[in-house]
Amino acid sequence: MSSLILNVVVQGGLTGLVYGLMALGLSVIFGVVRVVNFAHGELVVLAMYAAFELWRSFGLDPLVGTLPVAVVFFGLGYLLQTTLINPFIGRAEHEQFILLVGLGMVIVNGLLMIFRPDARPINLAYGFDSYEVGPLLIYKVNLLAGAAAVVVAAALFVFFRWTATGTAIRACADNLTGAAVVGLNVRRLYALTFGIGLACVGAAGALMVTIVEVRPALAPSFTLLAFIIVIIGGLGSMGGALLGGVLIGVSEALAGFFFEPSMKSMFSFGLLILVLVLRPQGLLGRRA
Amino acid sequence: MLKTAAHPHRRQVLAGTAAAVLAVPAIVRAQASALKIAVLLPRSGYLAPSGQSCHRGALIAPQVLAQFGHRVELIHIDTESSVDVARNQTERAINEGARCVVGAFDSAATLAMAQVCEQRQVPLVVNIAGAPQLTEQGLKFLVRNFPTGGQLVVNGLKLIKDVLAATKLASKTAVFIHANDTFGTAQRAGMDRIFPGAGMPFSLVDSIAYDPTAQDLSVEVTKIKARNPDIVLVVTRAGDAIKLVRDMVRQRFEPQAIMSPGSPGLYDEEFYQALGPLADYHLCSLPWADPTAQMSQALEAAFKPAHPNFRFVVDSFNAGFTFEALLVAADAFKRAGAADGAPLMQAVRETNLKDHVMIGPPIRFDEKGQNPGIPSACVQNRNRTPVVVLPPEVATMAAVLPQPPWQGRG
Repeated sequence: MSSLILNVVVQGGLTGLVYGLMALGLSVIFGVVRVVNFAHGELVVLAMYAAFELWRSFGLDPLVGTLPVAVVFFGLGYLLQTTLINPFIGRAEHEQFILLVGLGMVIVNGLLMIFRPDARPINLAYGFDSYEVGPLLIYKVNLLAGAAAVVVAAALFVFFRWTATGTAIRACADNLTGAAVVGLNVRRLYALTFGIGLACVGAAGALMVTIVEVRPALAPSFTLLAFIIVIIGGLGSMGGALLGGVLIGVSEALAGFFFEPSMKSMFSFGLLILVLVLRPQGLLGRRA
Repeated sequence: MLKTAAHPHRRQVLAGTAAAVLAVPAIVRAQASALKIAVLLPRSGYLAPSGQSCHRGALIAPQVLAQFGHRVELIHIDTESSVDVARNQTERAINEGARCVVGAFDSAATLAMAQVCEQRQVPLVVNIAGAPQLTEQGLKFLVRNFPTGGQLVVNGLKLIKDVLAATKLASKTAVFIHANDTFGTAQRAGMDRIFPGAGMPFSLVDSIAYDPTAQDLSVEVTKIKARNPDIVLVVTRAGDAIKLVRDMVRQRFEPQAIMSPGSPGLYDEEFYQALGPLADYHLCSLPWADPTAQMSQALEAAFKPAHPNFRFVVDSFNAGFTFEALLVAADAFKRAGAADGAPLMQAVRETNLKDHVMIGPPIRFDEKGQNPGIPSACVQNRNRTPVVVLPPEVATMAAVLPQPPWQGRG
């Protein structure tokens, strides 16, 4: 029994790491730009299709495809921020909401027109493999995707902590007026941040496609999942997003094992309510 | 003295115009030679693979029906796998002139549509939806040419017993896993009611409900593996059937057989494409298309050029039942000679169609609007193609069980 539980925890944790990376993009963007990206799930699905197309057209393994997809999504994020989002900075929140929901609808309906609603699976040579480590059976794709998520998150952490641009972005997040006063180009830094946020989304989407068959209908559930994760972990906290992802992954897996699997989502929302009641800023978030 | 023609009074002109405008729909109805049918299917969302498969049947239906002397005009509507969308779109379609509704693959969506059709007195011909309550609520404007969940379970368990006997497979235990949607829970209720008295050679050691929209089913498979059953009985949808088998392979769980007592998933094109050789040897007990029927052959002949990237043999269940629903409506329209709700529904209820697509006796409806005589066939995936293995009179191959190990296939 204990080995079964251990298996459930490990699988849930690995999947949770990819969920965490997906939510990281949302957290980074909100933490700095203070815009809640309601098109988040749609952009994740767009990234999944990008990875899928790279695999279908060029045979590129999605794990390798993570890098080009992230780079393209960085450019897309930069462009979106400079052209579409910037005019809405400082405007009423409901206007930002409508803008991003509209963007999401355009993306998902565009995907429906191009790819149709069918799920697109990626058949990797190692897609059905698993490693046997003592009593543990670890899915190879989940292990690789989870490890890649940790690497991407670590690279992001290093960037924000130890580079001049990263420090400048953090300065914008901490004190926007102060950052502008000392001469930082806030608009450019916002665009960079949105680009970095979408690069995370791109990487997460490319990794996610190894675990889940891509279809346009996934988008709303990804948006909801990302919101739950960042609220639990703390909106704006990078570590919090990863922690929230792992907690959701593990709690859902354990709830599915000990109770009815169809009730898994109930536990995610239960955890969300608990955090909102006991620690509204999230587990690793800072009080406003 | 010559009488000059009196000029019509302005009020008379207005009244005449109004009367003419009001009479137009009635004139159009009286003159309509084609029945306008709204076909609602889940062409996007999590039920999309099956909805698209049904849609392919609907697309070719007008030309095939025309060959048999029926004229229909179809309005194709996507329910987006959403009950609310199904309800609203039914209302909209009727407002836009649909005189009959066909759909909607999903029991929950069909239940919502049935309420609208009942209020508006427009016939609803159910193509695929197994929840028993559809024909247990006394609805007057609904008929269903599809087995109820209970009928599917009864037929399915009998065929499972037969296939175990035919293959001499000694199975002692089974786990039943099902989607927790309307259809899946109806199947669970049917299983709970029917299994104890079905005299099956194995015992049911667990029943597990899962969310068909879940991203992975690894926990569900871990639970099944913990029970170590000989057989896994499944009620799935296309996407989750893939996840289920893939997680079984990854967790190195080797049941003797994976069988469905009547559900989609294991025979969808998407399932074959995603799993390749691992999609083989799974069994479904379902009503199936009759390859010897003239109408079935006509449907297949129209299907090939219209959908060159799809196989009729894979789509025949969804496309076949969708076509038959349209056939029922078109045939009733021809007999009623009118598209008004009450006479059209009366004609639908009096249906007696000997020539149709699926295996079974003529299509007839009982007082509840249910076609009670739809038999099932046992279908096994062989070389990524569904093949009938039982009953013997329509089988084209013998069943192979236990299923070969995952390793070494293909």
